[in-house]
Amino acid sequence: MAEQNNLIVYCEYDEGKVADVSLELLTKGRVLADRLGVKLEAVVVGDKLEGIEKQIFPYGVDTVYKVEDKRLFPYTSNPHASVLINLFKEIKPQICLMGATCIGRDLGPRVSSCLHSGLTADCTSLEIGDHKDPKTGKEYTDLLYQIRPAFGGNIVATIVNPDCRPQMATVREGVMKKEIRDENYKGEVVNLDPSKYVKDEDFVVEIIDRHIEKSKVNIKGAPIVVAGGYGVGSKENFQLLFDLANTLGGEVGASRAAVDAGFIEHDRQIGQTGVTVRPKLYIACGISGQIQHIAGMQESSIIISINNDPDAPINAIADYVITGNMEDVVPKLIKYYKKNSK
Amino acid sequence: MSLNIIVLAKQVPDTRNVGKDAMKEDGTINRAALPAIFNPEDLNALEQALRIKDENPGSKVTLLTMGLPRASEIIREAIFRGADAGIVLTDRALGGADTLATSYSLAQAVKKFGNYDIILGGRQAIDGDTAQVGPQIAEKLGIPQVTYAEEILGIKDGKVTVRRRLEHGVETVVAPLPCVVTVNGSAADCRPRNARRLMKYKYAVSPSEKSKLSAEDQAFVDARPYLNIEEWSAAYVDADPEQIGLAGSPTKVKAIENVVFTAKESRRLDNDDQQIEDLIKELITNHTIG
Repeated sequence: MAEQNNLIVYCEYDEGKVADVSLELLTKGRVLADRLGVKLEAVVVGDKLEGIEKQIFPYGVDTVYKVEDKRLFPYTSNPHASVLINLFKEIKPQICLMGATCIGRDLGPRVSSCLHSGLTADCTSLEIGDHKDPKTGKEYTDLLYQIRPAFGGNIVATIVNPDCRPQMATVREGVMKKEIRDENYKGEVVNLDPSKYVKDEDFVVEIIDRHIEKSKVNIKGAPIVVAGGYGVGSKENFQLLFDLANTLGGEVGASRAAVDAGFIEHDRQIGQTGVTVRPKLYIACGISGQIQHIAGMQESSIIISINNDPDAPINAIADYVITGNMEDVVPKLIKYYKKNSK
Repeated sequence: MSLNIIVLAKQVPDTRNVGKDAMKEDGTINRAALPAIFNPEDLNALEQALRIKDENPGSKVTLLTMGLPRASEIIREAIFRGADAGIVLTDRALGGADTLATSYSLAQAVKKFGNYDIILGGRQAIDGDTAQVGPQIAEKLGIPQVTYAEEILGIKDGKVTVRRRLEHGVETVVAPLPCVVTVNGSAADCRPRNARRLMKYKYAVSPSEKSKLSAEDQAFVDARPYLNIEEWSAAYVDADPEQIGLAGSPTKVKAIENVVFTAKESRRLDNDDQQIEDLIKELITNHTIG
């Protein structure tokens, strides 16, 4: 295979379905590939992949590489890493995107280490742009800008990989939007011979038990999210947020500070290292508004911030700011909702 | 069976509860406002290591950290909690490293260390949240990795059994030794300091720290080899200067911004019954709620 310098997305799948995060990355990847004037490619590694390309092509994918072997499912690190390393040595993609999932965050570093290509985790935005090295003055065109909050979410950094390829990035589920390009988009399927890409010695880790538990909380799909921060103060006070969420028909979310303080479980964390949400109403209670949190909720249609600090950073992006203690304000919201709703 | 266990740990600024004084006027980080702490998930990893040692008498737990000379603080902390020894990999040449240059440097230190059975570390550090260094070290050493570990269930016949906590469930895997295991925050908390160990190792120092002591105190430490925390340089671990620090990092920071949000025109309300009731009515009328 000749060098193509295309953009490739590693697609995860389970139970015959390609993961949402992979489809989101294909959507973003199509936009970036158009900007660069290159092909969008996808690679799926696993077992029982028949027809999987039908789920992938509509996102504007030009080539789907399939590597099928029953030992390649469920995912284990070394075999999948070997497939990507050997494939990338052949086709030399300029960009590789992966979901920032338990799989992508396990696989990405191993591949990047072997290929000595830079990898940026948990990006919240991806763009194409130019770069001039401040030391050497060397100019680069059309690099991937990997944009992510850093330092606990206190700053936003733009990272580039000027000299190493592929430029690799992971992105969490829900950060990019999923959008079909064309239901009838036609690409090419390339079936690769697994024995050429993975060795028997790669299968060193054995999975002896696997329990899939569907997450009990679904804040990603909730139309209303009531979220609490460190300012909520205690596990007990979070009950107030559950009361409000139950009254309004919503879900409870939290900032990282509230999760770290042990007020609530990690499943409900919203932000760069948690879930990204876009509800029609977001009620932030006692959340100061670190970038890492705002990255995960700023596209909410209406934002209400309840905070006793009138200058809390989150107030800047809120449609309504209620200055007061959340212990006082939340019961009033419940009371007046009950009074006025039919 | 006695095992040689390495625990990878990092001293990090406490980014979790930063106040408004965390950023300076010019948009740079005010490090002085952030205390340096033992990266939380590395403590979870230390606990798993100490449990392996409890189960396998005669095992040795060595903490390995890369950072500033003051990172010896977390080594003392680990020793107070039960670790046997520690190494600080510290060198100006290592500064500015991204995850790949960091993992290369640490992998070189592990090779220098030599005979090891298992390497444990936290899943990720709170100052970067990348979770990349563990798997990258495994790749550099050519050994398997098990990430997202919640509990090490046992080591037998040269294999380790690990329960992993993933986003949609739990997986139990068996991996051959040696391997790298990265441990989640959902794993057991680390045991506290042991009073007797604290008494015994209170004066443990690295060479940089020892050089600042009086001649008398230096002699005290010299007479007690167990009080010496090792300090290794890049040259000592045979690190290729092209692969460490800023020069060895394929990723470059193009820009850092203190984000200014596009402020909306917010409507300001007080904690006033009438105002809150009006807001609720408005949200019901425009079908946001109800």
